[in-house]
Amino acid sequence: MTEELLEVRLRVNGVAHDLRVPARRLLSDALRHDLGLTGTHVGCEHGVCGACTVLADGRPVRACLMFAVSAVGLELTTVEGLADVDGTLSNVQQAFAECHGLQCGFCTPGFLTTITAGLRDNPQPTHDEARDMIAGNLCRCTGYQNIVKAVERAAELGAGETS
Amino acid sequence: MKPAPFAYVRPGSLADALSALAGDPGAKVLAGGQSLVPLLSMRLAAPSTLVDINGLPGLDAVTVTADGVRVGALARHADVLAHDEAARVQPLLRLALSHVAHATIRNRGTTVGSIVHADAAAEMPVVLTLLGGSVEVAGPSGTRTIPATDLYVGPLETCLAQDEIATTAFFPALAPGARVAFAEIARRHGDYALVGAAALVDGDSVRVGYVSVGDVPTVVDLTGVPLNEMAATALAQLDPADDIHATAAYRAQLVRVLTERVVTEARTDD
Ligand SMILES: Cc1cc2nc3c(=O)[nH]c(=O)nc-3n(C[C@H](O)[C@H](O)[C@H](O)COP(=O)(O)OP(=O)(O)OC[C@H]3O[C@@H](n4cnc5c(N)ncnc54)[C@H](O)[C@@H]3O)c2cc1C
Ligand code: FES
Ligand code: FES
Repeated sequence: MTEELLEVRLRVNGVAHDLRVPARRLLSDALRHDLGLTGTHVGCEHGVCGACTVLADGRPVRACLMFAVSAVGLELTTVEGLADVDGTLSNVQQAFAECHGLQCGFCTPGFLTTITAGLRDNPQPTHDEARDMIAGNLCRCTGYQNIVKAVERAAELGAGETS
Repeated sequence: MKPAPFAYVRPGSLADALSALAGDPGAKVLAGGQSLVPLLSMRLAAPSTLVDINGLPGLDAVTVTADGVRVGALARHADVLAHDEAARVQPLLRLALSHVAHATIRNRGTTVGSIVHADAAAEMPVVLTLLGGSVEVAGPSGTRTIPATDLYVGPLETCLAQDEIATTAFFPALAPGARVAFAEIARRHGDYALVGAAALVDGDSVRVGYVSVGDVPTVVDLTGVPLNEMAATALAQLDPADDIHATAAYRAQLVRVLTERVVTEARTDD
C-alpha cells in the first residue's frame, strides 16, 4: 500500500510553504526534513524535553506532538525566525550569547522560542518567574543557572529598548 | 519513533465528525494530541483513522454561570487556567490546573481531553469527580450527560463509546461557605504527580480526591473522621502501587502527608 499524501500549506516565519506529506508526518519532521529548517531539534519525541518547541500563533507548543496536517492555518515561528532578517540577534539570543546560556546548543532552540513568548507575556519576570518560564525545557549541559541569567538579561535588554 | 500510518480527517461540523467516527471502528478523536501523539509515536496505539476535532466550531468556549463552569472540548488547559471568572466560581480549577504539565503542554492540551483520557495520574479527572461534575457527550443517537462518578470504569478507560465525542465538561460552582485545597508531590514541577490530593470541605462534610493512588480517580468521604485518622481511613480505600517513580510505601506516606495538608488548608480561613 502506498501511503496517501496530503497537500499541506504551512506558514513558517512569515513564509508559506506547500508540501505533500503523509498524515502521520510530525510537525517537527516536516520542519526539519521537508523544509530543511533544522534549527528545531528533536530530543525525546514525546513532549518531555522541549527541544522541539516552536511558536504557533505566538504560543509555545511541542512540534513533536503535532502533525503537520494539524498545523494548517497556524502562524509558526521557529528559532530561524527569531533574529532580524539582517542577522541581528533578538534580545533573547543576545542574552544567551552574553550569559553563556548554552554549551552544546542542543536544547537552545526550544529555550529561545519558549523564552521569547514568555517575555512577551511577562516582560519583567521575577527570579522565580524566570525559573518557572523555563521549567518545561531540559538542558543536560548548563545546569540552568546561566539560562535563568539569560532570561533576566533579555528582560533587561527589552526594558532598555522601551524606556 | 514514528506513528503507524492512519487516515486523517478534519471535519468542520460535529455531525461530520460523528459520522467519520461511526464510519470506521478503528477511528479515534484527536484533540490537543498531548497524550495521544506520544502513544501513536511509541506505537502503543495505532488507530486507522484520526478524526481531528480542532476545526469544530464553538467548542473552545469556557462559560461561567452562578451554577458552575462549562468547558468546551477545544478549550486548552491554558485557557481555563487563565480564566479569572472560572477561578472565582470554582477555585479548585486553577489550583489543580497549575499542576497539569508545563505551560507549553497546557497551550495545546485540552481539559476535556484530559478528563476523557482517564489517566488516574492526571489532576482534572479527580477534580471533576470530587466536585460531582459531568461530561456532555454527543453520539450517533444524540447527546447524553455522564456524571463523573459513572465516567471512569478502569485504567485509562471511560464509559464513552468509540463513536462518541465529549463536547463539554461541567464543573459545579463552589457552594457558599465551602472550601477547597489542592497539593501534590512530583519529582519536578510539571511532572505527573507521585501523589496528589484535593480537598472539598463543606460544613461538616470532608471529601478528598486522590491522584496517582489507584487505577481510577478516587474520592474518599472523610466526614466525621478525626484529622489524625483521616489518612488511615483513606488508605483503607486506596490502592497505592509500586512503579519506577515511587514505591507503594512511599505513596502511602505521601497520602498521609497530603491528606492532612489539604484538609487543614481547606479548613483554614484565609
Ligand atoms: C510532557 C507531558 C507532561 C504532562 N503532564 C501532565 C500532568 O502532570 N497532568 C496531567 O493531567 N496531564 C499531563 N499531560 C497530559 C495533558 O494534560 C494532555 O493534554 C491531556 O491528557 C489530553 O488532552 P489532549 O487534548 O491533548 O487530548 P489528546 O491527546 O488529543 O487525546 C487523548 C485521548 O482522549 C481522546 N479524546 C480527546 N478529546 C476527546 C473528546 N472531546 N471526545 C472523545 N475523546 C476525546 C482521544 O481520542 C485520546 O484517546 C502531560 C503531557 C505531556 C506531553
Ligand atoms: S522532542 Fe519534542 S519535547 Fe522532546
Ligand atoms: S546546552 Fe547542551 S543540552 Fe542544553
